[in-house]
Amino acid sequence: MSEKVKVTIDNIEIEVDPGTTILNAARMIGGDIVPPAMCYYSKLKGSGGKCRTCLVKVSQGSAKDPRPMPKLVASCRTTVMDGMIVQNITSPEVIEARKGVVEFLLINHPLDCPVCDQAGECHLQDLSFEHGKDQSRYEFKRRTFEMIDIGDNIKLHMNRCILCYRCVYTADQITNQRVHGVLGRGDASEIGTYISKAIDNDFSGNVIDVCPVGALTDKTFRFKNRVWFTKPVDAHRDCDKCCGKVTLWYKGEDVIRVTGRKDQYGEVDEFICNTCRFDKKKTNDWTIDGPTKVSRHSVISANHYEEKELLPVIDRKIL
Amino acid sequence: MTQKILLKDINVPGINTFDVYRKQGGYAAVEKALKTMSPDDVVEEVKKSGLRGRGGAGFPTGMKWSFLAKPEGVPRYLVCNADESEPGTFKDRYLMTHTPHTLIEGMIVSSYALGANTSYIYVRGEMMPQIRILEKAIAEAKNAGFLGKNILGSGYDLEVYVQPGGGAYICGEETALLESLEGKRGNPRIKPPFPAIAGLYGCPTVVNNVESIAAVSWIVVNGGDEYAKIGIGRSTGTKLISASGNINKPGVYEIELGLPVEEFIYSDEYCGGIANGKRLKAVVAGGSSVPILPANLILKLANGQPRLMSYESLSEGGFATGTMLGSGGFIVMDEDSCIVRNTWNFSRFYHHESCGQCSPCREGTGWMEKVLHRIEYGHGKMSDIDLLVDVAKKIEGNTICPLGDAAAWPVASAIRHFRDEFEWHVKEPNAAMEGNYGLANYADPIPVVETAN
Ligand SMILES: Cc1cc2nc3c(=O)[nH]c(=O)nc-3n(C[C@H](O)[C@H](O)[C@H](O)COP(=O)(O)O)c2cc1C
Ligand code: SF4
Ligand code: SF4
Ligand code: FES
Repeated sequence: MSEKVKVTIDNIEIEVDPGTTILNAARMIGGDIVPPAMCYYSKLKGSGGKCRTCLVKVSQGSAKDPRPMPKLVASCRTTVMDGMIVQNITSPEVIEARKGVVEFLLINHPLDCPVCDQAGECHLQDLSFEHGKDQSRYEFKRRTFEMIDIGDNIKLHMNRCILCYRCVYTADQITNQRVHGVLGRGDASEIGTYISKAIDNDFSGNVIDVCPVGALTDKTFRFKNRVWFTKPVDAHRDCDKCCGKVTLWYKGEDVIRVTGRKDQYGEVDEFICNTCRFDKKKTNDWTIDGPTKVSRHSVISANHYEEKELLPVIDRKIL
Repeated sequence: MTQKILLKDINVPGINTFDVYRKQGGYAAVEKALKTMSPDDVVEEVKKSGLRGRGGAGFPTGMKWSFLAKPEGVPRYLVCNADESEPGTFKDRYLMTHTPHTLIEGMIVSSYALGANTSYIYVRGEMMPQIRILEKAIAEAKNAGFLGKNILGSGYDLEVYVQPGGGAYICGEETALLESLEGKRGNPRIKPPFPAIAGLYGCPTVVNNVESIAAVSWIVVNGGDEYAKIGIGRSTGTKLISASGNINKPGVYEIELGLPVEEFIYSDEYCGGIANGKRLKAVVAGGSSVPILPANLILKLANGQPRLMSYESLSEGGFATGTMLGSGGFIVMDEDSCIVRNTWNFSRFYHHESCGQCSPCREGTGWMEKVLHRIEYGHGKMSDIDLLVDVAKKIEGNTICPLGDAAAWPVASAIRHFRDEFEWHVKEPNAAMEGNYGLANYADPIPVVETAN
């Protein structure tokens, strides 16, 4: 391994391997200085660079060439240089640009969180909460689409798509026949299948996991429950197609959803096959590994109380 | 009379044929380069010439060539960008139509310099006549031994192919062009890597504009130093300008860089003055992407010195009082032109042509267009004007490729220099709708120029 390079992000210094992106260096530091990412997905080659939510300011290019970079850069696609100084939340310019990106994204993504099945797991919801205003200055008609089934198990609600391309990269890289992609250009672009084809292959369900918003949803789970009322449990099984490591989402005794296991940035650790995802919905299909570790701040952890002092129990029957 | 390089034989009958072109001294650059110069010698001459890319950005061509990676056993490519879709710019198709061999000759010499054995001319798909003309010229050159295997016995092989594009403006952006050439959707790539390292099919590639490549032959024959003597400062050589709008003589002109803008507009050799004796209101000097300037600022610098047709002089003052030479699309607007309508029109174009990959451009171009539309059609609000400025600012510099900037600059600059006119549209929607955007309507008259002297 060649020598480490030193980079400073929001006044915090870290040494990383050459070739690391600013975003990943920030993720190594963790906390509030990590730029948000809507289109980058570490498991998908070539992803990132598109949504522009991860823009940061490089106030010093490197120790050798200390000039600042002339424009804000996409931290998910810019590699660190030795001596680089980066500003994320310490730069008003970055925060302003990010607010702009949120406002742009919300033009064609309604905040229909009360009805959207992604509520509680939606990165755009978090982003708009952190940066958005309660009113958009956009006053024109939003585009609308009919919901469509793409395959037996997946529903596409294009109204909510933010064209991050993650599902396209997923289908390209982990399935053997991509039948969907981006059609049209500009704000008329849409995710679509070529002449109403179904997305139908062993790994197609992963497009649901990578979608950062509620555009692609799991038909076997839609509207079965709010995510914060479910109980996520890690489990595994012997699978001849995938790693077989999943999260089971329980409602009472029932498994109502199976997903890949996700890390703290909402990215799956390993992609799983459709058999594990859609066909194994019984507890005895699985070996349970234990409760899923969920950040205390996540809405998903809302109903997972630590064992606290027990409430006093009244023994006597009340007459 | 200024010196002509690219269009010097344009009036010779039959110059579009190999035989006439050859008789006029054509293909001498190929002979000279292949027989007497090494590829590095050619690169050196181009460097010395100071030639800057004529596609818009003005990046020094020789320097771009010297960045080309040369790994062993990996092919290199030269790709000629003949997409030419910028509104107001029509110089490349003029050159290709009338003197196609100037481009083919340049392609051969440039490919030799870069060590490319396969080169492509990527032409906008709608330009079928030009595609046929180029294919005929390539066939003629090949028959005469200037293309194909072992050109002029030098041991150098080259095939040049013409590839029609799908007709999208974004396919003129060099990385989108490469995607399109590879048969994919024309979305710009995220840089780095730059094409010089990983371009067409992942191999080192140079993308150059038609005019840049066409200038190389003259440089090889006459020497880089001679080329550098023409022009002014770091703006060397000649430049094709496509002049359009309210002028007496629209057309494509070859000028020596450094010509005063006033002379370009008013002299009979070029635009011949404003049509119908009207007064000059504004100019978009370098194709629709560059900032618009009002009459006083296009003719004179902020310090009162004459503004010249050069990269430096046009950009003097930054965007506060300057603009850019861009691709040389010189659009002239007279006193009756409506700046709001024109800005809306440009905005419509960028909205339509955004590829849609990145959020600020995908969503922002449409937003600006809709706001401009409502101002132009009499439903605007005063707050719309600042909204436009803000949306443009949020797009500018925050996108993957420069189309975002190209969409933002016309809007931002029009409001910077003609805010009165936008406000007047909002205040007097009926008068504006009737086309009364003449000068009398402004409390604070916009600067216009009476006559040239
Ligand atoms: C949206 C967009 C459209 C462009 N269209 C063209 C074009 O039609 N022709 C062209 O030569 N350059 C065009 N360019 C510039 C090219 O990306 C590239 O800089 C140029 O072809 C390089 O050639 P040069 O160095 O000879 O100027 C465009 C750039 C952008 C961002
Ligand atoms: S459907 Fe989801 S994953 Fe696919 S592009 Fe749209 S937002 Fe991204
Ligand atoms: S700036 Fe516009 S045209 Fe360029 S990549 Fe982004 S969306 Fe596409
Ligand atoms: S996460 Fe970096 S641009 Fe989308």
